[in-house]
Amino acid sequence: MRGKKPKDAAQKGGNGAVTRRDFLRGASLAVSTGLLAADGAAVASPPESSAAAVVGPGKVPVTLRVNGQVHRLELEPRVTLLDALRNDLDTTGSKRVCDRGTCGACTMIVDGKAVYSCSLLAIEAEGRNITTIEGLMKDGRLSPVMQAFIDNDAQQCGFCTPGFVMAATALLAERRHLTPEEVNRGLGGNICRCGTYHGLRLAALEAAKRMKA
Amino acid sequence: MATCKYDWPEAAERHLIGKPISRIDGPAKSSGRAKYTYDINRPGMLFGKVLRCPHAHAKVTSIDISEAKNLPGVKAVRVIQGEGKEILWGGDEIACVAAVSEEVAEDAIRRIKVQYEELPFLVNEEDLERAQSQGHTRAPSVQTKGDPDKAFADPDVVISEGYYGAPVITHCCLETHGQVTEYDGSDHLRVWISTQGVSTIPQQFAEVLGLPATHVEAICDYIGGGFGSKFQIDRWGVECARLSKDAGGKAVKLMLERDAELKVAGTRPSAFAKVKVAAKKDGTLVAWQSEAWGTGGVAGAGVPPLPYVLEGIPNQSKKYTAVSTNTGGARAWRAPNHPQAAVLTLCALDDLAAKLEMDPIEFLTKNTGLAPEHLGETYNDELAKVAELSEWKKYWHPRGRGGSGRIRRGLGVSIHTWGGRGHNSNCDVLIQPDGSVEVRLGSQDLGTGTRTVIAIVAAETLGLPVEAIKVTLGDSRYPYSGASGGSTTVGGVSASTRRGSVDARDQLFAAVAPALGVPPDQLEAAAGHIRVKGNPAKSLSWKQACARLGTKTIQATGKNPGPCELGSSGVGGAQVADVSVDTETGRIKVNRMIAAQDCGLIIDMKTAESQVYGAMIMGISYALFEERVMDDQTGIMLNPNMEFYKLATIGDIPEFIVHMMTGPQYDRRGVIGLGEPPVISPGAAISNAVANAIGVRVPTLPLTPDKVLAALEKA
Ligand code: FES
Ligand code: FES
Repeated sequence: MRGKKPKDAAQKGGNGAVTRRDFLRGASLAVSTGLLAADGAAVASPPESSAAAVVGPGKVPVTLRVNGQVHRLELEPRVTLLDALRNDLDTTGSKRVCDRGTCGACTMIVDGKAVYSCSLLAIEAEGRNITTIEGLMKDGRLSPVMQAFIDNDAQQCGFCTPGFVMAATALLAERRHLTPEEVNRGLGGNICRCGTYHGLRLAALEAAKRMKA
Repeated sequence: MATCKYDWPEAAERHLIGKPISRIDGPAKSSGRAKYTYDINRPGMLFGKVLRCPHAHAKVTSIDISEAKNLPGVKAVRVIQGEGKEILWGGDEIACVAAVSEEVAEDAIRRIKVQYEELPFLVNEEDLERAQSQGHTRAPSVQTKGDPDKAFADPDVVISEGYYGAPVITHCCLETHGQVTEYDGSDHLRVWISTQGVSTIPQQFAEVLGLPATHVEAICDYIGGGFGSKFQIDRWGVECARLSKDAGGKAVKLMLERDAELKVAGTRPSAFAKVKVAAKKDGTLVAWQSEAWGTGGVAGAGVPPLPYVLEGIPNQSKKYTAVSTNTGGARAWRAPNHPQAAVLTLCALDDLAAKLEMDPIEFLTKNTGLAPEHLGETYNDELAKVAELSEWKKYWHPRGRGGSGRIRRGLGVSIHTWGGRGHNSNCDVLIQPDGSVEVRLGSQDLGTGTRTVIAIVAAETLGLPVEAIKVTLGDSRYPYSGASGGSTTVGGVSASTRRGSVDARDQLFAAVAPALGVPPDQLEAAAGHIRVKGNPAKSLSWKQACARLGTKTIQATGKNPGPCELGSSGVGGAQVADVSVDTETGRIKVNRMIAAQDCGLIIDMKTAESQVYGAMIMGISYALFEERVMDDQTGIMLNPNMEFYKLATIGDIPEFIVHMMTGPQYDRRGVIGLGEPPVISPGAAISNAVANAIGVRVPTLPLTPDKVLAALEKA
């Protein structure tokens, strides 16, 4: 059944009772007032920084390092990393699907780890290295993972595809010897509605093989 | 054999058609460069949000938008259903706003004050008597054929009776419904919209907004899933355009939130039935009786075609009751009404086969003569194929004899059918003097491989590689091509492209014939050359040939329908599921799924197989997990999200064997659609495999652990 996913657990938010946005608002409040324990029990923890200064609710300056480039933005503290990139930087490869840490369509690699960028505030991503799907192409060339997706037809409508490419890329950065079970675990935090999992499984295994070679 | 000039090339002459070819939009998709409607950002774009009704049935008694209007950053606020309006399902649209950011738009929505008078409602339909007593049912439709009473009374027949069903599920497209609207001047509307019918969009907006259809342009380069739910512009589309207008023509992006997508943007109707079937002791089916019902929201639901596939059962008595519920409405869901009909029919037949102590594949094969026209033979071939590929004889056992261990294994089978005739399609095929080639049409690629099949057909016809063809679709300014629904696209666009490409090629032949010193009908286009038939040394390269056009571009229009039969309708298909059931936890694991599928002449083997894999995966999802859960007390949907509206993930996926039926008898049928058929059988095949494993039927989908345990307890 659903192997929801040992990605970066710290970034997974959302339960049935609160919306992701409400939760994040609660979490950012907690950051500023130290009330986290009261609110965050149901959800994995946001970053600990009880001494952080109060920010917002108005726009604040935020500096993001995306695919090696530094961007200075003015954002409300409640804006997620995903929305900041999509709405303010026109970096739209990462998709918004569930918007609460279930589907993986928004997956980015932050400091080397795959995270759900819908469940991370932009202000929390300051000072971190953010890689999106746009950052995986080198000199206009497809990455080996992308090529394996194409060869194995691991995409139909393609809306989930960037998230899967990011998850597979993060997985392969960790280990090059992949068993089918490890692929299931590594890609188990992403959802595809068109049903491309058969091709995805083959693509991940083939990418692993090619990158070893 | 008589030939017609547009006919598909014979098997020996096909270089591309039928081969496994990677989709041409693969690089754009896997690199994240493909721009979907959700990704469109326009200068100064505003964000739209919708306020939705929190009650299943209510009357709006007052609405106050003043606070929302006064919020800085809000550019437009509209009441959609105001005072006095009766709301018939939870999540229906009440008001909407456009603001400078999503966050401000959300704040504005919260500042709208609405008061409702709550009214009585019904949101669940499985209890038909309750629905009837509350006046939520329509007059049933009743049909009789032959003499069912007499047939069931025959002492020589074996009768099986049972209860079966499939609940309401949703489309849950990963890209939610929505659009970006923008005015050019006061009366030109441009719409980026996530749609299955680009060419049909201008007319829809024009009618509601009072604009000429010529003043509306619709664009959809990529769409993140539709599955039948994205044909209409919808009320939110119209309101989005009105918000744009109110905001001085500015672009407004309004994409549905995930909860709205699941509540209001499309469901598959439920179907439940009490079924009684009878066969002679040798397995010959003689009688069918069904009392079925289901809901598709307020408007009721489409009637599932019963008995499914084996429609020629001589004696039949059928009753169907549509239940009206206060829930978001049904839309076409991949193979409308067929997956439900397959569950109601093929599960009932499987129970009868078990009672007859017959192997269900033998039982079905014995009765395929009851299927429509030409399909009997196809089913026999396909059933034999899935039996072989699944090693049925080795793994199948009579029902309930799956041993006494904790984990029990079983096999199940189902068959299905679909039409899939090509729709109306027009395209322009352009050959430029520099040798570049483009096919343009107002079609769309849902991820089924539409772009790729167009490129393959044009390339095959012109003797070029697939990469030489530019396919431009997804814009209503290109020639009209039908909406993508009912597996009609591949037949439509491949035929229009073939006809347009043959005509364009013939124009090129006429232009270069003098240079090659033969009449045009002595020329052929092959291997990147225009050459004299039977004398390949006498040739021009494609580029040299096109250079002869001087400054004149060739433009040929291809149409479907048109001369020569390039497609037909009516496919079969058979699937086997192999499952293991944990009798202590009730958990089902699908071990293998095996499919044999025909679809006439296959254009791209790779994307065709992908359709079958994907459809079976969607099938596993609705067989094991998917269900819209409505709360009887509050009338709201309890799982309008992706953690509790469960879809299969990669770990749920078994091994697959997909066999596409090919050969002259299938080629002869021309191109037939494939999107729908393979999604029909998985529910019935998996349910039958579970019954085979544990010896007892789990009556309704999804086959969740609690239902498996309950069925085991009753056994
Ligand atoms: S959009 Fe972030 S996990 Fe679904
Ligand atoms: S390819 Fe459509 S959702 Fe995965």
